[in-house]
Amino acid sequence: MTATIERGAATEPVASAAPPPRKVRFLTSSNGKKVVMAVTGAVMVLFLVGHMVGNLKIFIGKDSFNEYAHALRTLLEPIAPYRTLLTLVEIVLVVSVGLHIWAAVSLSRQARRARPVKYVARKKSQASGYTTHIMRWGGVTIALFVVWHLLDLTFGVVNPKGTNSLPADRMIAGFDPSRWWVTIIYVVAVVMVGLHLRHGIWSMFQTVGRGTARLRPVAALVSAVLVIGFLAPPLAITFGVVK
Amino acid sequence: MNLVLKIWRQSGPSDSGRMVKYHVKDVSPDMSFLEMLDVLNERLILEGDDPVAFDHDCREGICGMCGMVINGVAHGEQVATTTCQLHMRHFEDGATITIEPWRAAPFPVVKDLVVDRSAFDRIIQAGGFVSVPAGSAPDAHSIPVRKEDADSAFDAATCIGCGACVAACPNGSASLFTAAKITHLSLLPQGQPERLSRAKAMVEQMDAEGFGGCTNTGECTAVCPKGIPLDTIAQMNSDYLKAAK
Ligand code: HEM
Ligand code: SF4
Ligand code: FES
Repeated sequence: MTATIERGAATEPVASAAPPPRKVRFLTSSNGKKVVMAVTGAVMVLFLVGHMVGNLKIFIGKDSFNEYAHALRTLLEPIAPYRTLLTLVEIVLVVSVGLHIWAAVSLSRQARRARPVKYVARKKSQASGYTTHIMRWGGVTIALFVVWHLLDLTFGVVNPKGTNSLPADRMIAGFDPSRWWVTIIYVVAVVMVGLHLRHGIWSMFQTVGRGTARLRPVAALVSAVLVIGFLAPPLAITFGVVK
Repeated sequence: MNLVLKIWRQSGPSDSGRMVKYHVKDVSPDMSFLEMLDVLNERLILEGDDPVAFDHDCREGICGMCGMVINGVAHGEQVATTTCQLHMRHFEDGATITIEPWRAAPFPVVKDLVVDRSAFDRIIQAGGFVSVPAGSAPDAHSIPVRKEDADSAFDAATCIGCGACVAACPNGSASLFTAAKITHLSLLPQGQPERLSRAKAMVEQMDAEGFGGCTNTGECTAVCPKGIPLDTIAQMNSDYLKAAK
C-alpha cells in the first residue's frame, strides 16, 4: 500500500510563464544593433585615422596644412563641383554618428529593463570593470565634445579668428597658451575617445564574429596611436613648439 | 567559525522581499557553503521559522542549480567554483556575508534565493539540439573531428546552465550561456545541418525572453564556474550574422 502524503505546493506558482511572443528580426535583435554599432564605429575609426594624419601636417608647416585643407575641398574637381567629396564624407559621418547613438541608446535601455533590481552588496567587477561606464558615459562626453569641436575649428563660431580665416590660423589661435582651458578640454576628450576605442575596436571584431583575446593589445595600441597623434598638435601649439 | 549572514528573504513571487540578518555559530571551515546554510536552516526549522529556500541538487558542481550571489559576486569570489563547491575556509571568522538571488528580469524570484531559470530552457528549446536521431556514441574514428574543434566543443559543452553569467552581467545578457550551447553544437559534424537556423532561433529567443545585449564586458566568463571563454560569443555572432544574410 502506498501512503499518500498531502502537501501543498512548497511555493506559490510563479506567475510569469513564457514571455509573449515578440517578433525579433535582424535590426530589432540585440546582435543586429551591435552590428550597426560595429560598422558605424569602424567608419568613424577610419575617419579618425585620416583626420589624425591630416592634423599632423601642421608640423610640416602652416602652408602644408592649409593646402591639405584646400585639397579636401577641391578633390575631384572639375569632374564634380567644389566640396563634393567632403560633403559625401560628412553625410556618411552624420549618418554613422546617428545610427551609432541610436543603437547605443536602444541597447542601454534594453539592458536596464533586463536588470531592474540592483545588488545590495556593492557588486565587485570581476573583469576589466570600466567597460559599461566608459562606453556609455564616455560616448556621451565624446558627442558633446564633437559639437564644441565643430563650432570651434570647423565653423569658427567660438574661435578667436572667426569664420573667415585660414584653417591653420584657426588651429593655432584656438590652442594659444592664453586659451589653455581649450587644450585641456581637448586632452580630456581625446583620452575619452582613446578609452572608448580601446574597448570598442576589440568589441567590434567580437561583434562581427572575429574576436579573439589576442586582438585586445592591438586595439589598445591603435587607440594609443590615435590619442598621441591627436594630442600632439594642440599640445605643441599651447607649449609654443608650433607658432 | 562564527558568521553574520545577511540573506534576501522573499516569501513568494509577489512579496517585495528584504534583507534579514542571521548569526550562525560553530561553522566548520570544512563545510561547503550550502552545508553552512543547512546548519542555519536546521536551526530555523527547530525555532519554527521558515527555512531559507535555495536551489541545489548534485552538490558536486555539475547540475547548475545552486547559484547565489555571495558578497556581490555570483557563486562567490573563489574563481571557477560553484556555490556548492565553495568551502567556508575561504571566509574569515566573524565575517559578514551578503547572500542574494540572481538578479535579472527574465529570472523572477520564486522564493528567497530561488529564481526561475525557465528562460534558459526555452532558449534551448528554440534550437539547442540536434534533430536527427544520432544513435549511441559512434566509434571514435568513424567521424573524424579536428582535435582543436573537439576540445573547443567539449569546453563549451561543460556549461551547466547555472545562470551566473546573467547574474554578473551589467546588461543582464544571456550571451555566454547561449553562445556556449551554440558553439558546442556548431563545432561538431552532427550540429552542421542546423547550424545557422539554430543560431538564429536561439539568439532571437534570448532577446524575446528579455535578456540584455552583450557589450563584451567579460564579467560573465570571470564568474563562470566552468570558465566558458568569450570566444564562444564571437562564434555565436559569426553564425548569427551568416544566418541573417
Ligand atoms: C557620439 C557618441 C557615442 C556614443 C554615445 C557611443 C556609445 C557606444 C556604446 C554604448 C558602444 C557599445 C559598447 C560595447 O559594445 O561595449 C559603442 C561601441 C563602439 N564605439 Fe561608440 N559611441 C560614440 C562615439 C563613437 C566614436 C566617435 C567612435 C569612433 C571614432 C566610436 C567607436 C566605437 C566602436 C568601434 C565601437 C565598437 C562596436 C561594437 O561593440 O561592436 N564611438 N559606442
Ligand atoms: S556559461 Fe558559465 S556561468 Fe553561464 S550558465 Fe553556463 S556555466 Fe553558468
Ligand atoms: S548543486 Fe549542482 S552545481 Fe551546485
